[in-house]
Amino acid sequence: MKALLRRDLMLAFRAGGGFGLGLAFFLIVTVLVPFSVGPQSDLLARIAPGVLWLGALLACLLSLDRLLALDLEDGSLDLLATSPLPLEAALSIKALAHWLTTGLPLVLAAPLLGVLLNLPGPGYSWLVISLALGTPALSVIGTFGAALTVGIKRGGLLLSLLVLPLYVPTLIFGAETARRGASGMDPSTPALMLAGITLGVISVMPFASAAALRINLR
Amino acid sequence: MSGDKPAPVRRQGFWSYANPVKFLGFSERILPALWWLSGICLAVGLIWGFFFTPDDFRQGSTVKIIYLHVPSALMAINAWFMMLVASLIWLIRRHHVSALAARAAAPVGVVMTLIALVTGAIWGQPMWGTWWAWDPRLTSFLILFLFYLGYIALWEAVEDPDTAADLTSVLCLVGSVFAVLSRYAVNFWNQGLHQGASLSLDKEENVADVFYQPLLVAIAGFVLLFLALVLYRTGTEIRLRRTRALLARQRRT
Repeated sequence: MKALLRRDLMLAFRAGGGFGLGLAFFLIVTVLVPFSVGPQSDLLARIAPGVLWLGALLACLLSLDRLLALDLEDGSLDLLATSPLPLEAALSIKALAHWLTTGLPLVLAAPLLGVLLNLPGPGYSWLVISLALGTPALSVIGTFGAALTVGIKRGGLLLSLLVLPLYVPTLIFGAETARRGASGMDPSTPALMLAGITLGVISVMPFASAAALRINLR
Repeated sequence: MSGDKPAPVRRQGFWSYANPVKFLGFSERILPALWWLSGICLAVGLIWGFFFTPDDFRQGSTVKIIYLHVPSALMAINAWFMMLVASLIWLIRRHHVSALAARAAAPVGVVMTLIALVTGAIWGQPMWGTWWAWDPRLTSFLILFLFYLGYIALWEAVEDPDTAADLTSVLCLVGSVFAVLSRYAVNFWNQGLHQGASLSLDKEENVADVFYQPLLVAIAGFVLLFLALVLYRTGTEIRLRRTRALLARQRRT
């Protein structure tokens, strides 16, 4: 398992593009927002938590396409499926690697981008907390989407159609946590719901992903 | 109990309809009756509802869109539920008819969802002064619509029929969980304009009796129409698959 994690991380670091791309996309989405809604700082402060959450979600989505497709092409996915490691565990590790290379940098970069959007002071900690709680769920759900569409040519567009509705609950609770944090209300209820979703998804979703991948590799 | 007599032919009951031939024969026999019944129910329910019920004292005549809105919304959810059951049957017992029935139900379900959304918007405009509100009920229906689109797109994208059936079944199961989750998640941002249930068993909340009876007839019409459409479309899917198999065989020889 460790070897698989190390391999996936190495590939992400060395393959170029894959690692920084999500971050750059997040940055660009955030920069484009003031151009599209106008640069009034009070308006930006109000929508900042939602915009940052949406940007993080889209950046996560962007890299899902490569999650399993490359491994299918060079055959290492078949090796994984026939290895003694259960496929559920292998997919969990791949989701973890995806989170470490995509989700974690987004969490760390979010406060800096919050400055650009004039995020109110108390919002920063809750933004980081909500992203840290929510992005693992995005990676795990995304792995399921990638497993569903891995054999399909041009599956990227289909992947986003399948995965985005599944992201809805995470997005709602994540953005709600960040928004309540930014406006000084008590954000603990949506934060707990978000944590619940993430834990539930982590515990159940790998089985669905493995089932979908087995069907595709048959 | 049967002793040494030869055992009678074992009746399989419901599961014997998993045989496509038997299914087609059965559905062909009951389809005309279903079409007629649903047509009669719809005609009676809608005409009764539109022309022979009084206007509501607050909403005026706009209340009559209820005869389209409520049944289609009901069927939009029940169609997904039927797909969920059919997917489970496919995953557990591998009956092809079941997978095809789920496939056949999806476009009907998406149209029902669309009717519910559109009639809701038309009703909402004079009542709430807006075509659309980000209210829990409306929003969860929009998400249900997206789930249907993804489900249909996945069916279309996978070439091998058995793989497609498996993948869409898994998606349907996971989607159901998330649909329920979204339904309660959207409650978080707004308590909404939409009224409560109009047909719950709790009598207090229900619509007045004058509207209730034609509404029930209209709902029966929609249910029958849904059954007829799904049976018909499942038959079409079975024939399509047979045609494809025949063509493949012809090409080989």
